Amino acid sequence: MSTPQYSLIGTRPPRHDGADKVTGRALYGADLKMSGLLHGSILRSPHAHARILSIDTSKAAAHPDCRGIVTAADFPATPERIVDLGEGETPLSYIRGNMLASGKVLYEGHAVAAVAATSAQAAAEIAKLIEMKYEPLPCVLTAPAAMAPGAPLLHPDLRCKEFGQPTTAPSNVADHFRQVMGNSEEGFAQADIVIEREFTTSTVHQGYIEPHTATALWNNDGRLLIWCATQGSFVVRDSVACMLDLPVSRVRVTPMEIGGGFGGKVPVYVEPVAALLSQKTGHPVKITMTRREVLEGSGPTPGSFIRVKIGAKKDGTLVAAQAYLAYEAGAYPGAMVSPAATCVFAAYDIPNQTIDGYDVVVNKPSTAPYRAPGATNAAFATETVLDEIAETLKLDPLDLRIRNAAKEGTRRADGAKFRRIGCLEVLETMKAHPHYSAPLGEPSHAAAQRGRGVAVGFWMNAGLPSSCTLNVHADGSVGLIEGSTDIGGSRTSIAMQAAEVLGLQSEDMRPSVVDTDTIGYTGVTGGSRTTFATGWAAHDAAQDVVRQMKERAARLWQVEEVQFANGVFTGGEHKLTFKQLAARVGEIGAPVVGRASVNPRGAGGSFAGVIVDVEVDMETGKTSIIRFTSVQDAGKAIHPSYVEGQMQGGSVQGIGWALNEEYFMSAEGRMMNASFLDYRMPTALDVPMIDTAIVEVPNPVHPYGVRGVGEANIVAPPAAIANAIHAATGHRMRHLPMNPPSVMAAILRG
Amino acid sequence: MKSFDYAAPRTLDEALSLVAQNPQAQVLAGGTDLLVQLKNGRRETDLVIDLKRIAELKTIAFDPKKGLTVGAAVPCAQLCAHADLRQHYPSLAEVAGLIGGTAIQGRASLGGNLCNAAPSADSVPLMIALAAQARVAGPQGIRDVPVEDFCVAPGKNLLAPGEFLVNIFFPIPAAGFHAQYLRFTPRNEMDIAVVGVGVSTRVENGKITAARIALASVAPTPLFVKEAGDSLIGQAPTPEAIAQAASLAQAAAKPISDMRAPADYRRHLCGVLTRRALTAALAQ
Ligand SMILES: Cc1cc2nc3c(=O)[nH]c(=O)nc-3n(C[C@H](O)[C@H](O)[C@H](O)COP(=O)(O)OP(=O)(O)OC[C@H]3O[C@@H](n4cnc5c(N)ncnc54)[C@H](O)[C@@H]3O)c2cc1C
Repeated sequence: MSTPQYSLIGTRPPRHDGADKVTGRALYGADLKMSGLLHGSILRSPHAHARILSIDTSKAAAHPDCRGIVTAADFPATPERIVDLGEGETPLSYIRGNMLASGKVLYEGHAVAAVAATSAQAAAEIAKLIEMKYEPLPCVLTAPAAMAPGAPLLHPDLRCKEFGQPTTAPSNVADHFRQVMGNSEEGFAQADIVIEREFTTSTVHQGYIEPHTATALWNNDGRLLIWCATQGSFVVRDSVACMLDLPVSRVRVTPMEIGGGFGGKVPVYVEPVAALLSQKTGHPVKITMTRREVLEGSGPTPGSFIRVKIGAKKDGTLVAAQAYLAYEAGAYPGAMVSPAATCVFAAYDIPNQTIDGYDVVVNKPSTAPYRAPGATNAAFATETVLDEIAETLKLDPLDLRIRNAAKEGTRRADGAKFRRIGCLEVLETMKAHPHYSAPLGEPSHAAAQRGRGVAVGFWMNAGLPSSCTLNVHADGSVGLIEGSTDIGGSRTSIAMQAAEVLGLQSEDMRPSVVDTDTIGYTGVTGGSRTTFATGWAAHDAAQDVVRQMKERAARLWQVEEVQFANGVFTGGEHKLTFKQLAARVGEIGAPVVGRASVNPRGAGGSFAGVIVDVEVDMETGKTSIIRFTSVQDAGKAIHPSYVEGQMQGGSVQGIGWALNEEYFMSAEGRMMNASFLDYRMPTALDVPMIDTAIVEVPNPVHPYGVRGVGEANIVAPPAAIANAIHAATGHRMRHLPMNPPSVMAAILRG
Repeated sequence: MKSFDYAAPRTLDEALSLVAQNPQAQVLAGGTDLLVQLKNGRRETDLVIDLKRIAELKTIAFDPKKGLTVGAAVPCAQLCAHADLRQHYPSLAEVAGLIGGTAIQGRASLGGNLCNAAPSADSVPLMIALAAQARVAGPQGIRDVPVEDFCVAPGKNLLAPGEFLVNIFFPIPAAGFHAQYLRFTPRNEMDIAVVGVGVSTRVENGKITAARIALASVAPTPLFVKEAGDSLIGQAPTPEAIAQAASLAQAAAKPISDMRAPADYRRHLCGVLTRRALTAALAQ
């Protein structure tokens, strides 16, 4: 296949939102001010599991600054029904229950009531005046504990769906599924070596800097207007409409600039509560979470218990694999264990596989997506077992992976067959990378030891609908209207895909992210889909513009046929650049407005590998990252800087997950480290410069070959670091995080 | 956070009478502990008395014969930049540069670090190792307290109602004297010491003639381990002598398990860090 030549795609123009963001002018949700604005504050449960005996709001309501109080009783009376807001089928009561608890609280930080007052400070003080009576109940905090016979039950009505069939006994397991390919028992019988290991990973949070914030105005005309920080304005619209029993046309959501999301700003938390408070008070109401509320009351990603068994021939050929994946959903079902099952062995061609997945509720916050949700936990298990197989068989760990790498046509246990993918190219790039053959260097002191590790990860990426409108202006610039919240430079990487078609520069484009009334339906900025899908819509909308511009030119020149190439329209002896023609559209006819919407299949998954060097202080157990290289298949890197930014960001989050981040829970289910002081995310001083190598194996279905790159890069780091720690110390770490005390304990155990 | 009044006295006397009249007030130096605690509800007050306008609390004075006097509200950034301090008390300049980052160091003071009485306060073990004295002013006048006696419980110091800290005095280091503070944090910055160790040693003619060792984060207060320092006196600075002092320090530690680290790990680190800190001090 010949590589297409682009003029703009693959270059690095400045981002359109850059000036506003570096000068502090960009407007985030919390910046919003409007007349009559009230401030909301949410009262949250101090218990991990308790029955709500009573809620007495009389003292709070009597406070002079109080303007309104809401509880779960303020939701409209709607009979229970099953709804699907894009994350699977869920009872309405569960979705509402996570906004404002009713009957029971299921985790510490679970919202029980909310107050609107004249200032944020007053609202917080008034919320404390609400008198709650609870009957504390025993709690369960891990998947194995919640699955044990006799475990306290979170939802008395919850029944396990076993292999797709309903069962009758109450359970904390919402779903148990199995994926089978070939016959793993027979496969293991053929193997020369079989390694089976158990792993546990702690609950971790996405750790976005901007806390959740929403302002709602229940207008006098009955329309509900919401301004918020979200990854998907249409998801907010649909969720709020569903919970408040409104048609979607009654809700308008305006996405503000967003300070990070990583999946955690897909679900809603404060939006419906602010709406109920606005309905009650007749004023706009803003709710902004504190950091503690974010950690305790929004959605982290599941902790997990995983068992992985892999069988190989002496030459390294993998013959069978088995996985047991028990993921903690938090308070309500939905642990994202199904994507974990898709990803657990996705990098390899293994003929015999059995994968069991369990979606388990526990007394922790209801989990939310986090960058390749489920896959990082799973890869930690698979990629360290593979490292052990390579060690036992005395094979180079990359050679083992290259020998078994998934390719076009390789089947997964979920039944899907890969189209053209870049797994092998990523592994070969790693093998050839100078980092892989570089010396480790001398340890920095006598008690330090160094080691190198590798691992690879997969994320399948999403398609979903996107819409785009292009307005051609008389000066030849083009307004680009879209609905994808810009988290990592997507305004520019989307605009470039239109500009390439139009023969324009990125600076000629004026991208705007608009509200749900103003653009066609657009899915979340998530699933690594935005550059892929909204970019595709922009490409198609640009083609629509070209078609209309050709038609205008034909009329202007009175010719039959007009060509467009390299930004120039030609017809007969006539010739006009895009800008020249744009200036004359007014004299010819109607303005040119291009539009397109897409709902693509074939997102084209991305593979990403890591080479990492660590130094372990053998006397303290502390691991330092000495060198780190991230290698990822981008399909086509529209704007390489933003691809590198994703790779570096995912790597740093993976390093944090590997080494220190965890929800540190007391036995009573309290999060003991609900601050950025004690929830130890890495700072700039904890990571080296992350080297990147972009691999480009074009996605055959996309106009430019794009694959999403937002997620696969977080999958491999914890496993690669575990393998490097093993290389440095001789110890296999099978629990995340691999913090200094746990590495030290392994060293001292000997 | 509750609203509060703010007062900024200009003289010691003015401050003394304000503090005496308002026993519930909180005094403020850099505010990097106090304001955080007021905001997250760990403390409440109706009145904050800012001591940063009082000359005595804002000056660094160095007397080459006697020693160094550091005003209780002098920010760390000023300590780091002070030439005499850097020359004669390099370990103190180092610890001032360890507390928080640049922004915090523009405000945070040694006085605040000491009065806040956190078991993890980074400067306190070093100040103990340096045999520092805290000067306290109150309705009864002035008194001097060894730093090791200043903290009495987590978040509690020995100041009586009406009293506040004026300055901290560091005796002039003798020849052959070296000090060192080492802390362990899982993150490289913006983290709280899981264990901190401050040591000082004096070597004369190949023999250790003075040694002080103090620990952070392993007891309800910063912990002066006199016997560990004493064990070195009269000995040559050998690895065996250092190891013995380290094991005495480790034995004195009474750590708890919490979200920052398990107790057995903290105990282990006491030995490692004491050995490393002593080795570094004795190698200087
Ligand atoms: C981001 C960040 C990072 C930090 N990093 C570190 C670190 O690495 N190491 C560390 O040890 N600490 C750290 N701290 C804590 C804090 O900065 C230090 O304890 C600092 O030294 C406190 O000094 P301050 O002047 O700000 O005290 P303040 O907050 O003003 O006061 C602290 C306490 O002492 C009392 N007080 C202050 N002055 C007097 C006085 N003259 N007399 C009587 N009482 C007084 C106050 O009432 C208050 O209770 C950090 C804090 C933050 C916010």
